[in-house]
Amino acid sequence: MERSNYVSTTNACKLCKPLGACLAFKGIEGAVPMLHGSQGCATYMRRYIISHFREPMDIASSSLGEKHAVYGGGPNLKQGLRNIMTKYGARLIGVATTCLTETIGDDVPMIVKEFKKEMGESGLHDLPALVTVSTPSYSGTHMEGFHAAVRAVVEQVSSNEDSAHILNLLPGFLSPEDLRYLKEITDDFWYPSVILPDFSMTLDGPALTDCEKIPGGGTPIEDIRRMGGATATFEFGSTLADFNSAGKFLRDRFGVPLHQMGIPIGLRETDVFFDALERLSGTACPEKYVLEKGRLIDSYVDAHKYLFGKRAVVYGEEDLVVGLTSFLSEVGITPVLCATGGKSGHFKTAIERVTEGIAPPAAGPEGSSAVQPPAVYEGMDFQQIEELALQLSPDLLIGHSKGYPLSKKLGIPLIRVGFPIHDRFGAQRILHVGYRGTQSLLDLIVNSILEAHQDDSPVGYAYM
Amino acid sequence: MSAQGSVIFKERENQIHRKGDGAFEMDCNRDSLAGAVSQRACVFCGSRVVLYPIADALHLVHGPIGCAAYTWDIRGALSSGPALHRLSFSTDLQEMDIIFGAEEKLYRALIELIDRHNPKAAFVYSTCIVGIIGDDLEAVCRRVAAEKKIPVLPVQSEGIKGNKREGYSAACKAMFRLVGTGDTSDISDLSVNILGDFNLAGELWIIRDYFKKMGVQTVANITGDGRVEDIKRAHGAALNLVQCSGSTIELAKMMKESFGVPFLRVSYFGVEDMAQALYEVAGFFKDKDPEIVERTRELVREELSVLYPELQKYRKDLCGKKAAIYVGGAFKAFSLVKAFRLIGMKVVMVGSQTGTEEDYRDLHEITDEGTIIVDDSNPLELSSFLKEKDCDIFVGGVKERPIAYKLGVGFCDHNHERKQPLEGFVGMLNFAREVHSSVMSPVWRFVPRRKEKA
Repeated sequence: MERSNYVSTTNACKLCKPLGACLAFKGIEGAVPMLHGSQGCATYMRRYIISHFREPMDIASSSLGEKHAVYGGGPNLKQGLRNIMTKYGARLIGVATTCLTETIGDDVPMIVKEFKKEMGESGLHDLPALVTVSTPSYSGTHMEGFHAAVRAVVEQVSSNEDSAHILNLLPGFLSPEDLRYLKEITDDFWYPSVILPDFSMTLDGPALTDCEKIPGGGTPIEDIRRMGGATATFEFGSTLADFNSAGKFLRDRFGVPLHQMGIPIGLRETDVFFDALERLSGTACPEKYVLEKGRLIDSYVDAHKYLFGKRAVVYGEEDLVVGLTSFLSEVGITPVLCATGGKSGHFKTAIERVTEGIAPPAAGPEGSSAVQPPAVYEGMDFQQIEELALQLSPDLLIGHSKGYPLSKKLGIPLIRVGFPIHDRFGAQRILHVGYRGTQSLLDLIVNSILEAHQDDSPVGYAYM
Repeated sequence: MSAQGSVIFKERENQIHRKGDGAFEMDCNRDSLAGAVSQRACVFCGSRVVLYPIADALHLVHGPIGCAAYTWDIRGALSSGPALHRLSFSTDLQEMDIIFGAEEKLYRALIELIDRHNPKAAFVYSTCIVGIIGDDLEAVCRRVAAEKKIPVLPVQSEGIKGNKREGYSAACKAMFRLVGTGDTSDISDLSVNILGDFNLAGELWIIRDYFKKMGVQTVANITGDGRVEDIKRAHGAALNLVQCSGSTIELAKMMKESFGVPFLRVSYFGVEDMAQALYEVAGFFKDKDPEIVERTRELVREELSVLYPELQKYRKDLCGKKAAIYVGGAFKAFSLVKAFRLIGMKVVMVGSQTGTEEDYRDLHEITDEGTIIVDDSNPLELSSFLKEKDCDIFVGGVKERPIAYKLGVGFCDHNHERKQPLEGFVGMLNFAREVHSSVMSPVWRFVPRRKEKA
C-alpha cells in the first residue's frame, strides 16, 4: 500500500523537540525545565502537557523579544536562571533550546559557563546543577528531544567515582503508572535501580496543602551521579540504533554494559525484560510476576476468538508503536498500518522484528487470505494516515487522542494509549508495560470490540 | 540553594496592587520577566486565537511543527458549516529549510492545500523562525493569490515581536485587507458586525439571535463562525460591536477611519453587561426605528423573568463565597467581577495577562478593599494569592486549573476550551451553575487544605 507524499503537513503525528526535553527534565528531583526562546513556546507546551496529566507543569522561559534575537539571548537566559534559583530553589535547571535560539546562534553551554563564573565571583557557589541540551524544533520530534535531554543529564551530571550495585533503567517516555510499576518490579527483584527520568510523582502527585514550587519526587540527583558506576543499563527503545542515547554514553564513557530492548509490551518483549532482570540479579522471577504472566496467557486464550483477524491501525511514537504492534500480533490482531511522525530510519526493521513469523494472514476486505505485512511508514501525518486507513478498513485504532477525528469518521473504536490524551480522564494512570500493563490493554481492547459489536447489533445481547 | 521568602519578584512588585494600599499605580504591558513562568503566550498565539474561527479559510502555519501542533483544534469555536479551521496545517520546517530559506516550500504547500480544500481565503502565519530566516511571506502570498484567485493573507505573527497584543494587531491587519472588497447591496440600515466573539460553545449564535429579535441584521461574525465573504462586506454594516478589550479593537478603529463605521465596546457576559449591550445597540438605532427600544426592553424583560428565579437558587448557596479571577483580557475580568456580585460572591483577586493601565484602573474602581489586582502573573504568585485569600473558586484557563485543583480550590473554565456558553442571559445561568457545581462539591472536605482547618 503506497502513501501519498505531500509538501504540507496536516494534523501532525508528532510534537516538537523541546517538549520532550521538558518532560524528561520534569522527571528529576528538584528540577525546573527552562526553554531558551520566546515566551510562547513554554506556554504552549505547558498547556499541552497540563491537559494530559492534569497537574501543574511549570516551564520557565528566557522570554526573548525581538531585540534579543538581534543582540543575543544571553542576558535573558542568565536573568532567567537567577530568577529560577531564587524563587524556585531549583536543584537542577534543565535548559533546552528552541528553533529561535539555535538559529540566532546563542552558544548556550558557553553562556551557562559564564553564568557559573559570574555567580562564583559574586560569592554564590551553591549553584543548582545546570544541564543544557540542544533541541532545535526543526529537527526531530519530541522523542528525540526527550532522549537528548536524558543523555544531556547523564553526560553533565553522572560520574563513575563510586561503583555501585545498581541498575540504570532508561524507560523513555512512559506514563507515571508505568514508571511506578517498573519501580515495583525492580524492587521485587531486590535490585536497586535508578529510573531516569521518573515523573511518576512530579506529574501525578497527591493533593496538597500548598502548591509546591517544585513538586516532590523525581530521580534524585545523587542517584544520577552514581549512574556512571552502575552494574548495567537497560534502555527501552527499538529504534534507537543511531541515536546518541544516554545508555550509549554510559557505556562508552564509563563502561556500563548496555542492554537496549523494546518497550516491554506484550509477552515476548516483556519476557526479554524479565529475563534480563533475572540474569542481572541472579534471582528467579518473583512468583507475583510468574502469576501475572500466567494470567495474561490465560486471558490471551480467553480472548482469542474476539480478536483473531481484527484489523488495527497503530500510530504514534515509534517505540510505543513497535511495542503495541508486537502485542497485537501475539493475540491475533492484524496490524494493517503502523505509522509514526518520527523518522529514526529504524521503524520498519523494528516492526518486522516483532511481527515476523507471528502476524496471522490479514484477511482482506473481500475475504482474501493472502499474507500482507502491515504497511509501515515513518514521517506520517494524520492526512496520510487517514488516506491509508480509509482503504484498509480497520476495526480499531490504537494511539493517542489526536486520532479521534479519524475514529469518528471511520466509526470504529479508538484505544487511547500514550501521549497526549486530551479527551479522556486518567491518562497518567494508564498502564502500558509489563505483564500487568499488557493485561490491562488486552482487557481494554477486547471490551472495546465487544462494545462495538453489542452497539452495532439490534438484538441487545446480554451475553457476549 | 533554597528558595527565598516571598514568591513575588522584585521586578514585578509594581505589577501587583492591593486595593487600599496607597494610591493606585500599576505597571503593565511590560515584557514578561525571564524565568518567571508567565502565563502569557506569544504574538503568534494572539493572531491564531483571533483568526482561527474563520471556518472557510485555510490557516497555514509557516514554521516548525510545534506552533501548528499545539494549536490544532484547541478552541471550542463552533461553525455552522465548513470546518476547515479545525485542521492544523504546517510547513513543518526542517533544518535545510532554515539554512536555505523556505519560500518555495511555502509556495508549494499553499498550492497543494488550496487545491485540496478550495478555501475562500488563506491566512499564512509567520513564526519566530521565519522572522529570523527572512522568508518574504508577502511576496509568496501575492504570487499564490494571483495564481489561485483567492485572497492569500500574510499574518506577521513572529512570536518574538511582543506579546499576544501584537498578535491581535497582526490579525486585524490581515483581516482588514479583506474588508471593503465585498458587495454590500442587501445590507439593512439596522445592521451590525459582531467583533471579538469567537462562538465558543455557540455563544455568538445566542447573541445573533437577540439582535434578530430586536430587528437588527448581523453582517459579519468576527470571527466566531466567521466567513470570508461576510468579512469582505463588513464595511456595509451600520455599527461595529467590539467585545474583548484587545483582540479586535484595532480592526474596529481601522474600519472607522477608512469606512466611517462607528463602534461600541460591549460585553455579553453577565446580566448587567449583556442588557447594557442590547440597550446601547437599541439606542444607536432608535432614530431609524423608534420601536426598537421597546422591543429590546421586552426581550430583556422576558429573558430576566426566566433567569432571575433560577439564579436565586444558586445565590442562596454561594452568598459570601470568595472568588479569584485570572484571565487573558481585562474586559472579561470586569464582567466577571459583576457576575460574581450578582450571585452574592466576593472577588478577592483579579488579574489578566494583557490588561492596560486603564483597564486596571477601572478594575480598581469596581473592586472591594483588599482585592489583589495583578498583571502578567505566574503560578507561584497565583497559588500564594489563592491560599492567602482562602478562595472558594478560581476562574481561568487550562494553565490555571491545576494550580487551583492542587490546592483544593474550585475552578471555572472561562477560556477558549469551554464547552458550554457563558455569554448572554442563558450564559449567566450556565456560569452560576458551573460555579455552584464546583464550589458546592463535597470533594473539598477531603482535601488537605480543608482538613487542616477543620
